[in-house]
Amino acid sequence: MHGRKILLGLIGIGIFLLVWHLVTLGNGRTDVPGPWLTLTGLIELATGGLLWRYIIASVFRVMWGFTLAVVVGVPVGLAIGWSRWFRELVNPLVQGLRPISPIAWLPIAVLVFGGVTWWEPSDLSAIFLIFLASIFPIITAATSAVEGIDVKYLRVATNFEVSGFTVLFQVILPAAMPQILTGLRLALGIAWVVLVAAEMLGVQSGLGFQINDSRNNLRYDLVVAAMVVISIIGMFLDGVMARIENTALSRRGTAKR
Amino acid sequence: MIVETPKIEFRDIELCFTAEDGAKVQVLDSVNLNVREGEFVCIVGPSGCGKSTLLNIACGFLKPSRGQVLIDEVPVDQPNRRRVFIFQDNSVFPWLTVSQNIGFGLADQSPQEKDEIIRRYVEMIGLTGFEHAYPRELSGGMKQRVEIARALASGPDVLFMDEPLGALDWLTRLKMRADLVEIWRQEKKTILFVTHDVEESVQLADRVVVLSDRPAQIRAVVDVDLPRPRNLDDPEYLRIRDEIFELMGLDHHGIEAAKV
Ligand SMILES: Nc1ncnc2c1ncn2[C@@H]1O[C@H](COP(=O)(O)OP(=O)(O)OP(=O)(O)O)[C@@H](O)[C@H]1O
Ligand SMILES: [Mg+2]
Repeated sequence: MHGRKILLGLIGIGIFLLVWHLVTLGNGRTDVPGPWLTLTGLIELATGGLLWRYIIASVFRVMWGFTLAVVVGVPVGLAIGWSRWFRELVNPLVQGLRPISPIAWLPIAVLVFGGVTWWEPSDLSAIFLIFLASIFPIITAATSAVEGIDVKYLRVATNFEVSGFTVLFQVILPAAMPQILTGLRLALGIAWVVLVAAEMLGVQSGLGFQINDSRNNLRYDLVVAAMVVISIIGMFLDGVMARIENTALSRRGTAKR
Repeated sequence: MIVETPKIEFRDIELCFTAEDGAKVQVLDSVNLNVREGEFVCIVGPSGCGKSTLLNIACGFLKPSRGQVLIDEVPVDQPNRRRVFIFQDNSVFPWLTVSQNIGFGLADQSPQEKDEIIRRYVEMIGLTGFEHAYPRELSGGMKQRVEIARALASGPDVLFMDEPLGALDWLTRLKMRADLVEIWRQEKKTILFVTHDVEESVQLADRVVVLSDRPAQIRAVVDVDLPRPRNLDDPEYLRIRDEIFELMGLDHHGIEAAKV
């Protein structure tokens, strides 16, 4: 069963590579590169030394932006789901900000963080965009998680006159946790996608910058090689989140399996 | 003559829900009932007639549209842990272990006292060895025992039980009934027990309250003056059972009586 799954996946990728190879037959580096050129480009990047620094720069930005979004977004989402007046106070604002693409904030971010001296300004802009990209899915997940808590659990808490932090940590958070974790995983995926876009517009390092830089040098083989790296790191981050999701839930005794 | 004050007193309870479309649905209609201290009272009635609603009002989860419930002569306002509700669908917390679940209502006790109480109730429900198990590792019957233990651990004097055995198989239910009567005897609780199983009500109760269709009114209150454990072949047991079937518009096989 498991073997078949892996085999089918490999066949799918194989077909894609073949089609890719055929449509790019005869192309050079300044054209859309084929799989082979991409592979040599990848090796060139990996041995060049800059790639590792760029990967670290990109992951670093995502982790900061995402962590800040978790720290702000989870409590805000819980509060919106929990308190009616807080929902009425904050929700219209959240709904209004949500449709604005994080990339649209870039000029403002550059303007605000441009004069910063205690940190690299372009880093701060990128982190800010990641934060914006991931906070809304996190808020939404936390809100609907709280709203979805079965009232019987809350009634048990009232019945035993348990309130305040005890309800928060023993009832609300654990009841909402599965949905919050799913939301976090989704948000990290979005953060990674947005990161690359953010890095194409104003920073001097990172995988997005690598793409831009290679394009300017007409090295399209390196552009596609960087895309492959982005894919691999993205899958890796998602895998880590899935791991966290599963261990957290199985410790609580509510894992899906 | 000494007039015994009732433990629980339903005074003219009426309840209307407002449906989604704004229409008013009357669920309870002038329910009057007195329950004595230490009494085991079962409430039976057709599905959807308002049994759970009545119990929710008694516990303080819902406000009646009219009338009031008094417990120890004090009007019920908020739920509190002197009277614990046991839910129709198990409400044990899936993310807490058996011990943590049972200890949930014991915030005020010292850690030693808490451990001692938990140990006692784990033993009572026969789950020794499962203290650190999560509910998903337990059978339906075991989970229901944990729920009952959690309720008892906080030392209530009233238990509101809403079809607590409804989801269990026949044999487990039979055993749990016997256990429940034993617990009730030892711990001297006042129990209000909702069921739609007439047999169950006659096996358990001192008195059976029969509700009508919605809006529910009390159609009759039937005394079950039989020694426990109840002998299911006793003609008197069968007579009471059939009387309740008849009150509910069913013949003694439990099949809806042919309409004349
Ligand atoms: N929150 C609510 N809003 C509107 N109507 C409700 C609400 N809760 C219950 N009802 C209605 O009140 C009636 C009685 O519900 P209740 O749950 O008390 O019935 P029940 O006798 O416990 O039924 P069952 O035997 O199936 O558990 C039902 O018709 C139900 O549709
Ligand atoms: Mg019910």
